[in-house]
Amino acid sequence: MAEATGTVRGKGAGAGRFVRWDVVVTALLVAVFFGGVGISPDFGNTDNLSFALGDLGEIALIALPMTLLVVCGQVDLSVASVLGLASALTGWLWNAGWAFETIVPVVLVVGVVCGLVNGLLVTRLGLPSLAVTIGTLSLYRGLAYVVLGTEAVSQFPAQYAELTTTNVPGTPIPYQVALFVLLAVVTALVLHATGVGRALFAIGAQEDAAFHAGIRVKRIKLVLFVVSGLVAAFAGIVYTLRYGSARADNGVGLELAVIAAVLLGGVDFDGGKGTLGGVISGVLLIGLLRNLLMLNDVATEIQSIVTGLLLIVSVLTPRLAGVVRERRARRRPAAAPA
Amino acid sequence: MKERSSGRMRAPRSFLAVATAGIMALALTACGGTTKDSANSGGGAGAASTASANPNAPLKEGIKLAFLPKQINNPYLTLVDKAGISAAGEYKGEAKEVGPSDASASSQVSYINTLVQQRQDAILISANDPNAVCGPLQQARRRGIKVVSYDSDTAPECRDVFINQAASEEIGRSQVKLLAELMDGEGEFAVLSATANATNQNTWIKYMQEELKKPEYAKMKLVKIAYGDDDDQKSFQQTQGLLQAYPDLKGIIAPTTVGIAAAARYISGSQYKGKVVVTGLGTPNQMRQFVKDGTVEKFQLWNPNDLGYLASYAAAALVSGQITGKQGEVLKAGRLGERTVGANGEIVLGPPFTFDKSNIDQFDF
Repeated sequence: MAEATGTVRGKGAGAGRFVRWDVVVTALLVAVFFGGVGISPDFGNTDNLSFALGDLGEIALIALPMTLLVVCGQVDLSVASVLGLASALTGWLWNAGWAFETIVPVVLVVGVVCGLVNGLLVTRLGLPSLAVTIGTLSLYRGLAYVVLGTEAVSQFPAQYAELTTTNVPGTPIPYQVALFVLLAVVTALVLHATGVGRALFAIGAQEDAAFHAGIRVKRIKLVLFVVSGLVAAFAGIVYTLRYGSARADNGVGLELAVIAAVLLGGVDFDGGKGTLGGVISGVLLIGLLRNLLMLNDVATEIQSIVTGLLLIVSVLTPRLAGVVRERRARRRPAAAPA
Repeated sequence: MKERSSGRMRAPRSFLAVATAGIMALALTACGGTTKDSANSGGGAGAASTASANPNAPLKEGIKLAFLPKQINNPYLTLVDKAGISAAGEYKGEAKEVGPSDASASSQVSYINTLVQQRQDAILISANDPNAVCGPLQQARRRGIKVVSYDSDTAPECRDVFINQAASEEIGRSQVKLLAELMDGEGEFAVLSATANATNQNTWIKYMQEELKKPEYAKMKLVKIAYGDDDDQKSFQQTQGLLQAYPDLKGIIAPTTVGIAAAARYISGSQYKGKVVVTGLGTPNQMRQFVKDGTVEKFQLWNPNDLGYLASYAAAALVSGQITGKQGEVLKAGRLGERTVGANGEIVLGPPFTFDKSNIDQFDF
């Protein structure tokens, strides 16, 4: 884990001399947490925290593959639509009398297919992922409406629904948070401790160079899109159970929350830089901040302005730091051009 | 470039494997499992209230209640909530409005949980989705928080009472009464509805037809039910079509806010202005100009101020133990007088409110 930061250095020397953004976000998170406990008596109790964490479930899950995608310079904007399609499909099949245990694998396969379509369009046709997934965002949401229309399906089996609304026995930790922790550990290991992870950073930093270094760029991207589709479909099932309502419009706009968390966590939108720890801090920061603002009856508009500003600062600060870094480097005679 | 193609060939195989695994899992689970028929309602049992009501209990002071509309900045619900908040002043309660900026099914849920943490005495909700809000509302009720739904109901087991703006039967019947008044009880008329399968519209039309069977409407004849699909342009064209097809047409009832505005717009710019009666269900802001230019004399909807007022009093009565939400209990609602709790905890505001030149400027929604 020597390269635990996972940052490909080379875009500017002496990065270590600056405080990294993911550390800043984590510090902010700690500040918001303790500040919140101080400000609001209702904030720090386990009920509230356990609910606030549970509420982040789907965003947190989808943020994992999204981090990997953004690190390698890609983005998947269709995730919330895949979630909606998965939800609609779950509802439709449930209405049709299918067993829930059968519905789950079928819906997951559909998620894989959605991801595969994204991945193939990006890798085979060489289209930019932003354009492709803006298209499939619309396409998959449209399909969700074809499947279920404006109907809402409810009354899913209680034993599964409970898994999404209750805590691991004896702890204040919701089941989906426990699952998230598990998957986050796996993702962190992949990103920061394996060759695949190094390959992702390399692709994000310099795709051509990565390709010539023997990295199977297209294959890796394709797999990431498929994983993204799979996780989004899974999140769709969790979402449906948690709210007890399958609808085609479930999760509208959720992709923006996910990308906001990834960016806030310090992952460079151009690829090549970022840490999973930063993203997790980002997800938690947005969630807890929103919860705190709501507890204090801060108007929805202000909540939106606060998160917006935070996001802009998070993208801007590392850039500014980069400019400062470059200027300093230029002043040194030995500095090689980046 | 050749290396690339070798890389390309491998990918599909791994997906084939995934797909195969998926299909196998499907096959394994296809026989047996939890289906809709075997699963016995996942909604969970409602917190059946066993408490008994004390109609003479005084209204408690300092009750904390929160209105949670479908979406903040919805002009209609803002009006309702404001009325409810000012009603709370009458019984010395503390009321507020909070809510999401989007009307998605789930966005209300985090607000419900926050209100639970804030230990409100009552939550008043206009639900975006009858089931998505159910779990958290039931949790709230388990902690002794009273839940009132208004405007748009939740599943019945998730709230104590539902404040219904108007019963379907009353809407249907009073629309016919109003039209009869405006047409002097005779002549041909048509209904301009929304879509052919809109449940609420069809229920209203059914009661209109029931009402028409009464002898006092013997000289009135319903010649056609047209559908404008809640589309302004289509409703406009349907109006035009009706007037061409039925030269003796004397009136149009449009029990839809889109339909009535489109019909009024057509009539106001045509030779039929002042000759053909247009009425139905509309909002004051949409209809103001047509009321002022004389195209429409009267139309109906409910009074959002009264709706909020009633909901506010219902919450206070629940918190104070005056009512529990059981059928037959009587709710004392300040200046509105008394309302009886109906089946399924439904409390009806009353017959629709009639808007005309004299009162339309008091409303902004």
